[in-house]
Amino acid sequence: MAVNNNAKKISVVPFGPQHPVLPEPIHLDLVLKDEKVVYALPSIGFVHRGLEKLVEKRDYEQFVLIAERTCGICSFGHGMGYVEAIEKIMNLDIPPRAKFLRTMWAELARMHNHLMWLGLQADAFGFESLFMECWRLREKVLDMLELTTGGRVIFSVNKVGGLRKDVTPEMLEQILKTLDGLEKECRVVTDTFLGDPDVLSRMKGVGVLTPGRAEELGCCGPFLRASGVKRDCRQLGYEAYGELKFEPIVSYDGDCYARCLVRIEELYQSMDLVRQCIAKMPGGDIAVKVTGNPNGEYMVRIEQPRGEALYYVKANGTRYLTRYRNRTPTYANIPGLIETIKGAELADVAMMILTIDPCISCTER
Amino acid sequence: MKISKSPWILHYDGSSCNGCDIEVLASTTPRYDLERFGIINTGDPKHADVFLITGGVNYQNRDVVQQLYSQMPDPKVVVAVGICACDGGVFKDCYNIIGGVDKVIPVDVYVPGCAARPESIIDGVVKALAILDKKRERMAQGLVPDEKVWTNTIVRPGSQEKQED
Ligand code: SF4
Repeated sequence: MAVNNNAKKISVVPFGPQHPVLPEPIHLDLVLKDEKVVYALPSIGFVHRGLEKLVEKRDYEQFVLIAERTCGICSFGHGMGYVEAIEKIMNLDIPPRAKFLRTMWAELARMHNHLMWLGLQADAFGFESLFMECWRLREKVLDMLELTTGGRVIFSVNKVGGLRKDVTPEMLEQILKTLDGLEKECRVVTDTFLGDPDVLSRMKGVGVLTPGRAEELGCCGPFLRASGVKRDCRQLGYEAYGELKFEPIVSYDGDCYARCLVRIEELYQSMDLVRQCIAKMPGGDIAVKVTGNPNGEYMVRIEQPRGEALYYVKANGTRYLTRYRNRTPTYANIPGLIETIKGAELADVAMMILTIDPCISCTER
Repeated sequence: MKISKSPWILHYDGSSCNGCDIEVLASTTPRYDLERFGIINTGDPKHADVFLITGGVNYQNRDVVQQLYSQMPDPKVVVAVGICACDGGVFKDCYNIIGGVDKVIPVDVYVPGCAARPESIIDGVVKALAILDKKRERMAQGLVPDEKVWTNTIVRPGSQEKQED
């Protein structure tokens, strides 16, 4: 029988769950026509722990620690979102110092996330030294976090009613000093991302998502803003964001380069916000006394480094909550990811998965 | 201690919160630099000698973990990183968590901490290398690499049937 060599063959290539570019397990079935992806079928569930159900076994104060361990990267934000919901239910008025400190830590967490992402992205297109450089800089951000909170990835400084730890003026001084040095070093690294022809050839025009589709698919965070939609939950003014000056960063191309650009700009924006926080840092207490148990429900929206996260808490007047629900940014971004992968070259898939900044452990909780 | 070979590590996230995973990656980057021992983080189980695994392992992930373990050539050592991987940690009571890597594959070194710090991860890996050498010697004498025989049975909550692993 004659073999028709021109016939395009359909083949299915499994991607993951264990894959070198991703530290976390996600599985995609990539349907290929030659080297082009025609369809991608995600399957998740490798990291599902079912921590939302733990509210039945841990009381509302202990649960802060669990909420924080939704994800080790946005850990600060998860803890903050949860306690904020409880505080709103209990009508607690948090001291301004606690608000500013929370904001400052949230921004430091954004910086370490974005530097980490830049590193992983460099690794995905095979630029090993750039990866190492980004992670070297990230250690400086972690130093600042460790200095003020005592932890490197899990901080556990939030509690219902405020904070567990205060910072000293010397610490803030030290942060400002580190930031100045860090900003200069970051410029060198980010200029490589934005100007190096090899890097550009991998990212420009790859994986375009139009603003219309990005909105329709419910994307969020830097992924959405890179498609030209100006939406940033920090503008709602939760914690101390209402008193700080900033504009959401948008880019209009919608390709991998635009996503990289948005995150790089956000990195500098976060540095600026940390400086603003320190400049305006009020004195006073860091926590209020909490009495009684929460009763009622509340929903909080928070801009995590990866996008908008939603925390829903329902309490019934006892120490144990009825329901805790957490909708996380990566979960919202997966439909957008599947859309961008369609029609891509197989070699670009790993990088495109990275450009949504996937966090599987918060997707599945 | 002396390190006789350049062991390569395989890192896998067995249903963790990610905190320990970034610490594993951080320990290979310039500040901590695991690579100065000739240790390289590889993505391929067939090249790996040390299996760094984080997280309490859920039921869907169990098969993946066991498969990765079985694909690694002997002698091999397993390092459980983080308190989750040691015994389930904060997620111990979750319905979906088996509770510890040693319930699914044999573990040689336990690195506690939530999250485990890069220093202790490196310490754990260095301890594992000594065990790796011991296993290699046993194999040279024609013995099986592990001294103890590892057995474990897991019952999925809600199901009556026992699974032999
Ligand atoms: S030990 Fe703690 S930090 Fe590490 S994976 Fe488990 S919950 Fe996360």
